[in-house]
Parts: sequence; C-alpha cells; structure tokens
Amino acid sequence: MNSKNENLKEQVLRASGVNVLKCMRCGKCSGTCPAYGEMEYHPHQFVYMIEKGDIEKLMNSPSIYRCLTCFACVDRCPRGVEPAKAVEAVRLMAVRKQDGNRLKPEQIPDMLDEDMPQQAIVTALRKYRK
Amino acid sequence: MNRIGVFVCHCGTNIASTVDVKAVAEALSHERGVVISQDYQYMCSESGQNLVKNAIKEHNLTGVVICSCSPRMHENTFRKACSEAGLNPYLVEIANIREQCSWIHKDITTATEKAVILGRTAIAKVTLNTPLTSMESPVVKRALVIGGGIAGIQSALDIAEAGFEVDIVEKEPTIGGKMAQIDKTFPTLDCAACILTPKMVEASQNENINIYSFSEVSDVKGFVGNFTVKIKRKARYVDETKCTGCGLCTEKCPMKKVPNEFNAGLDNRTAIYIPFAQAVPKIATIDPNYCMMLKNGKCGVCSKVCTAGAVDYKQKDEFIEKKYGAIVVATGYNPISPEKFDEYAYSQCPDVVTSLELERLMNAAGPNGGTLLRPSDKKHPEKIVFIQCVGSRCDDDRGKPYCSKICCMYTAKHAMLIREKYPDTEVYVFYIDVRTPGKNFDEFYRRAVEQYNVHYIKGMVGKVTPKANGKIEVQGSDMLADEQLRIDADLVVLAMAIEPDKSARPLATMLTTQMDTNDFFTEAHPKLRPVESATAGIFLSGVCQGPKDIPETVAQASAAAAKAIGLLCKNSITCNPCVAHSDELMCNGCSACEKVCPYGAITYENKEFRMPDRTVAVRRVASVNPAVCQGCGACTVACPSGAMDLNGFSNSQIMAEVDAICK
Ligand SMILES: Cc1cc2nc3c(=O)[nH]c(=O)nc-3n(C[C@H](O)[C@H](O)[C@H](O)COP(=O)(O)OP(=O)(O)OC[C@H]3O[C@@H](n4cnc5c(N)ncnc54)[C@H](O)[C@@H]3O)c2cc1C
Ligand code: SF4
Ligand code: SF4
Ligand code: SF4
Ligand code: SF4
Repeated sequence: MNSKNENLKEQVLRASGVNVLKCMRCGKCSGTCPAYGEMEYHPHQFVYMIEKGDIEKLMNSPSIYRCLTCFACVDRCPRGVEPAKAVEAVRLMAVRKQDGNRLKPEQIPDMLDEDMPQQAIVTALRKYRK
Repeated sequence: MNRIGVFVCHCGTNIASTVDVKAVAEALSHERGVVISQDYQYMCSESGQNLVKNAIKEHNLTGVVICSCSPRMHENTFRKACSEAGLNPYLVEIANIREQCSWIHKDITTATEKAVILGRTAIAKVTLNTPLTSMESPVVKRALVIGGGIAGIQSALDIAEAGFEVDIVEKEPTIGGKMAQIDKTFPTLDCAACILTPKMVEASQNENINIYSFSEVSDVKGFVGNFTVKIKRKARYVDETKCTGCGLCTEKCPMKKVPNEFNAGLDNRTAIYIPFAQAVPKIATIDPNYCMMLKNGKCGVCSKVCTAGAVDYKQKDEFIEKKYGAIVVATGYNPISPEKFDEYAYSQCPDVVTSLELERLMNAAGPNGGTLLRPSDKKHPEKIVFIQCVGSRCDDDRGKPYCSKICCMYTAKHAMLIREKYPDTEVYVFYIDVRTPGKNFDEFYRRAVEQYNVHYIKGMVGKVTPKANGKIEVQGSDMLADEQLRIDADLVVLAMAIEPDKSARPLATMLTTQMDTNDFFTEAHPKLRPVESATAGIFLSGVCQGPKDIPETVAQASAAAAKAIGLLCKNSITCNPCVAHSDELMCNGCSACEKVCPYGAITYENKEFRMPDRTVAVRRVASVNPAVCQGCGACTVACPSGAMDLNGFSNSQIMAEVDAICK
C-alpha cells in the first residue's frame, strides 16, 4: 500500500469511526442490502477493501451513490462494524474531492420525482441537512 | 536472630531476559537478616529445591524467600521442600518476579529495580512469619451432583461405581437434560434415546445413587470435605412413593392446552404430566400454573382416577439438609431465544424453527411421530434453509461473543438426515465458517456435501420474509460467487447460540465459585485443572463450564468424577492454617466481621472478663471457627477495632511489606 492510499485509508477510518478489523467476513451486510443489485462493490467489500487500502477504487465506483443509507447493514452486522458508515465516509471523500458537486438543501425539492424511493429522500436530507 | 536465605530464579529466560537476576541476588544479600542469597536457573527443579534444602541445614535458616513465578504455581513445591528439610512450611515467602515483573516490563533496569523491591518486601514479611500448623478436617463420604443431564448422570455413575454415595439434584421432573430431546447424535448417528435411557435407568437403579428430581439447591454452607447443603424439594402434588407412573391421570386431565416443553413447545401436554415415556423417575407432576384444582379448586379428576391414591393437592415445598464432601456442578445450557433477531421472522412464521425444535419435529416421539412436516400446514417441506451462527460470534447484546461449538456439527447432521430420509428435499446451509475439529468430524461434514449433496453457501442470511403463498423468502449473500441470493424455502432452521442455564449464576454465588462474563463456570486452570473450580471441593462437568458436544461432555464428566473420588477417598484433609482469629480484649462485639464473612465462620460468645477494678464484666466477643474460615481476610479489614487478624497475613506483616515497598 503506498503512502497516499495509507493516508486515504486513515481518513476514511477516522471519518467513519469504523473498525474494519472487527469484520468476520460473514456477508450478512451484503445479504441484507436492498441496493445490492445496483452496486459494483457490495457492503462487505467496502469493509474489506478499506482494510486493504483500496480506497481510490471505491471512490471512483458508482457504488458510493447507490447506497441508500438505510442502515440495514448497520442494524444486522453481528460484529457492530457499521458498513454504511464506511460507505458514507468514502462517499464524503469523493464529494470533497469533487467539491463543486455538493448538493444544496434547496436543490432537493426540485429533484424529487415520483419514482424516487423514500429512502433516497431521507438519505439526501440526512446527508445535507447542515 | 533471623537467618534468612534468598533464592532468585532465572526461570530459563522467562525472568532472566528482563531481570538481572545476579544483581537482584547481590542487592538482597545486604538486607537485614539475610545470610545467603543466590540465583539459579530453575529453582523448581529437583536440584533447585536441593539448593534450598541444603542451605536450610547448612546455615540453620529461620526463613526462606524464593524470588520466582506466582505463588499459585510453586508455593506448595517450596513449602514442601522446606518442610522436608525441617523448616516449618509457613516460614517460606514467594516474591513474584515473573508474572508481576519480568513478563510485564520491557526495560531491564526498571524490571531489576522492581524485582529487588519485591524481594525486599518478601524478606520484610518473612522476618515476622511464625510457624503454623495445619489442622485436619474429616471428609464426608458423599457427593452431590447438581444437574441431571448426561454430564451429571455420567459423573454420578462413576462416583457411585467407586463405592461412594451420590445424590443428583435435578430441577426438572426427570433427569436426562437436553440429550433426551435430541433425535440422533453425530458423528455416528445413533439414536440419542437408545444410548441415554439405559444410563438414566442405571442411575435410578444404582444403590449408591439417590435422585432428587424436581428439586433445587437453596443454600450451601461449609467447605471442601464438609459442605452442608439445603435442598428444596418442590411440591409436585403427587406422592413419589405412591405414584406408579401408569399415566392414567395424564390421559384423563381435562386441561390439555399446556405448551409441552419436552417437544420444544410444538405441541401440548396436560396439567398433570410425565415429560416423556422413558422419564426417570417416572412419576407424574402437576403444573400449578395450569391445574384448575390448584388454581381455583375446581376439577380433582386426577385424584379420582389415580388408583394408587398418589395425588395430593395439599403438598408443600419441602426442605432437606444433607452433608457432602464434594460437589459436582453439571447445570448445562439452553439455546438462546431467537425472538430478538427480527430479521429471521421467528415470531412471525411458525415455519421458521430452531434446531432443537427440528430435533423434535424429526423424532419418533415428537409432535409428528417422526415425519418431518411443516408446523404451519403439516406439509412436507421441499426446500429447507439452515442458518448457522445465529446469535453466536456476535458482538452486540442480542447474542454471544463465543462460538457455540456444536451447531456446525448438528446442522450437518440435520442436513444429512433429511437428505437421507427425503432425497427429493433440497437443503441449503448458510455458514460463515464450518468448524468441525474432532475425531471423524470433518469427514462427517464432507459426507454431507459429497454424498448427500447438501448445498453449503458461504455467507449469512440478511433477511427472512414469510410470503402469502406459504413460502419463506430467504435473502442472503453467497460470498464466493459474490451474489445476493433469494431462496424460496418451505422451512428455515436457525442454529441458535447456546448459553449457560439461568440458574447457574445464583448457584455460583451460593458455592462461592467463579464464572466468566458469559456465566460459564471458570475452571481452576484453563489447561492443567480443567474440571476443578477455584473453590476446593467443587468440580465442573459438562456444558456449564463451556460449549461442548456429548463425547466431550462425557469425558469431562468422568474427569470431574475422578477428581471427586480422589477427594472422597481421603479420610481427612489438611486445612489451611492461614485463618482469622480475634483478639478478645480488643473486640467490642459489633458484628461487623460476621456480616462480611462469606463462609459463615464467625459466631459470638458471651465471655467473662476480669476488669482492672476487680469486677467481672460479661462481654460479647467474636470467635472464628478455624475449620470453616477460608482465610479470605474480609473480616480483618471490616473490624473497626483492629481485633481481627489473619495467620500468615497479619496486619503487622502487611504493614512491614508496605514499608519495604515505600523504603
Ligand atoms: C439442537 C441440538 C442438537 C445437538 N446434537 C448433538 C449431537 O448430535 N451430538 C452431540 O454430541 N451433541 C449434540 N448436542 C449437544 C448436547 O446437547 C450437549 O453436549 C449435552 O446435552 C450437554 O449435556 P449437559 O449435561 O452438560 O447439559 P444439559 O443437557 O443441559 O443438562 C443439564 C441438566 O441440569 C439441569 N439443571 C440446570 N440447572 C440446574 C439447577 N440449578 N439445579 C438443578 N438442576 C439443574 C437441567 O434441567 C438439565 O437437566 C446438540 C445440541 C443441540 C442444541
Ligand atoms: S446502508 Fe447502504 S450498504 Fe448498508 S444495507 Fe443500506 S444500502 Fe446497503
Ligand atoms: S455483516 Fe459485519 S461482520 Fe459481516 S461481512 Fe458485513 S461488516 Fe463484516
Ligand atoms: S386436578 Fe389439575 S392436574 Fe388433575 S386432572 Fe384436574 S386440571 Fe388436571
Ligand atoms: S459451531 Fe459453527 S455454527 Fe456454531 S457458532 Fe461456531 S461456527 Fe457458528
């Protein structure tokens, strides 16, 4: 792992507060995840790839926008790993890097459409409340 | 004049690599009273011990200090060596420079400095040591076994065969425990009842064994070799001496809607019941929570039909008190409840069952007479999903942090038995790891895969959803294929974590034994004393000490029995002379010590004292029974007048130690 990745990993760990070493690779998070089919990397892979330091791959994957932040994985992980928080931290890093890409709360109402899942709205509000 | 010998052990490199042992020996040689101070590679070896013995004779030593490992390891070794050389064994002190020094420090300078201080402290103490003589206390030649599962039965049989009396106290109406509920057993697939019930019968017929069923231990006093135990014989409302076990009452009882615990609640029994056909003792018991006669005085059918006149609605709980030399704890386990795990829909869907329920569903004496049918519609399940590790290896408060050890094997067993009997059934097992160490165990699991075509899927189930069409959708991950699977199952089986019986914790308090944070009883040494508890005379048998299958349980049960027999063979045992005693002139009879003594060793006497003015005053003073006192020292701290003191750990000795540390 090079020092840049090491640094990214450090940031993700710090921002998420997740201890990836607690994961026992049971896959329950991915067995639970309602967005599984949409994702390139699945919740358990997020946890494992962060452990390996493969952060850039994750940052560049559309998977980070597919997570609904439904917290099902957090609720059910037997080891208290909280994968959604790890996904969120990677997403935050990506958003920070892109900077201008950030959503403003006022934009949200305009973006609503009938097909948008409830969870996504909740997620959007949860993420950009401040 | 004190003549003290100091011996510093290298313990190979265990001590010598972090503590400069030569420097320690040199520094301690200058302490007051020390006449010889030397180091040696292995003090506990025979030549090490000879070094001490020779020094005692040559230098006429009055005290010995060994700087070595914890006194828990070798205090007895060195006490014995000294007494062989003619020195009272209680004139030996151990300075623990291994566990409390070399193993926990990295820096040689600080470790060496600390070792010197610890040595000096022991020297300060040994200077004030007085010779002590142990007393002998007789051993009651009877054992108590608490819990009548396979562990308790095996321990009892072994002790009885050695010629000693054994009582089994079992809280349920019958002995047998969980094994009685199991259908067939891995790895040989022989039927559990066929191998268990002969043992149950043997226990009931053995002249040396006395079974107190439907009974609980309510109080324990005393100490190794001499426990006094109060046993509560719960009212079963049936006279045990009269009931013949004919079962007529159970047929006639009109109260038929009582959940049947023997069949894991899958069917009902009557208010008066015999748990199962091979129950031992085969005596009916009335369940007071359901009996209409006991609840509102209406019915009385069982009493009318009983030709033996055994039914007695007025029966009360009875207490008996008996003495025992040894106690074997065999209180076993229970599977945890699946109710907290909402994602598996156990409470919503009758076709999501636990493994123990499955045992009953497959058992010939079970609710379906041995045909595997879904509880909901009594149809044959065509697709069955097993989920392993439910609540085991869990970091949150819903489950247990440990591996329950038996579920990988019994799940393989279930899967194989189903494929054998119903080859058209599809069977899936979701696993995190398959853990099958043990003789013929991995071969067993491989047989399930290779011969019986059970589909093992590496991954966990995230969600179980009962559907309107009667199917159960199981959504889980297949980690190796990197897929999320959805299986429409007919039956889902949860391999629940196991936990110690809830009654074990209060029992441990009564027995003054230790438990771990999961409420398993703690063994005296995890490797070398696996069947003894840290409390002398209390032995551990079966799952109450940690998860185990039947072969392991039985091995441990026999080991616990061997230890108990070893104790019962002795006519008397040597008591620890380091007991408390009170200074009657200082004691003001305040009762503070009595309240803190966990062993009930302290009583009070009214004694006459001559006062300085020649009158006689009667004062209440504490007196310690040295046979009961375990030397814990709680009273010496509680006594506000400083009247209580402990032999071998007197207040003055402890102050001298503190002074030496602070010097
Ligand atoms: C579904 C399932 C399938 C299994 N299949 C197999 C298998 O195929 N092969 C195998 O080797 N193992 C199997 N096991 C494991 C097996 O059940 C245990 O190893 C075994 O029963 C342990 O015996 P025990 O006597 O220690 O505990 P238990 O069987 O639990 O017995 C404890 C006894 O003590 C009594 N008791 C508890 N507390 C008190 C108290 N305070 N006072 C008085 N009495 C008390 C209880 O009522 C009970 O009778 C299986 C377990 C399960 C859950
Ligand atoms: S929080 Fe995200 S990763 Fe976790 S289960 Fe929900 S969608 Fe999947
Ligand atoms: S559920 Fe938890 S322990 Fe299991 S793979 Fe996901 S993060 Fe790891
Ligand atoms: S008296 Fe109670 S136990 Fe007896 S038959 Fe009636 S309900 Fe059943
Ligand atoms: S024995 Fe197997 S199923 Fe049971 S907790 Fe351990 S790993 Fe899980």
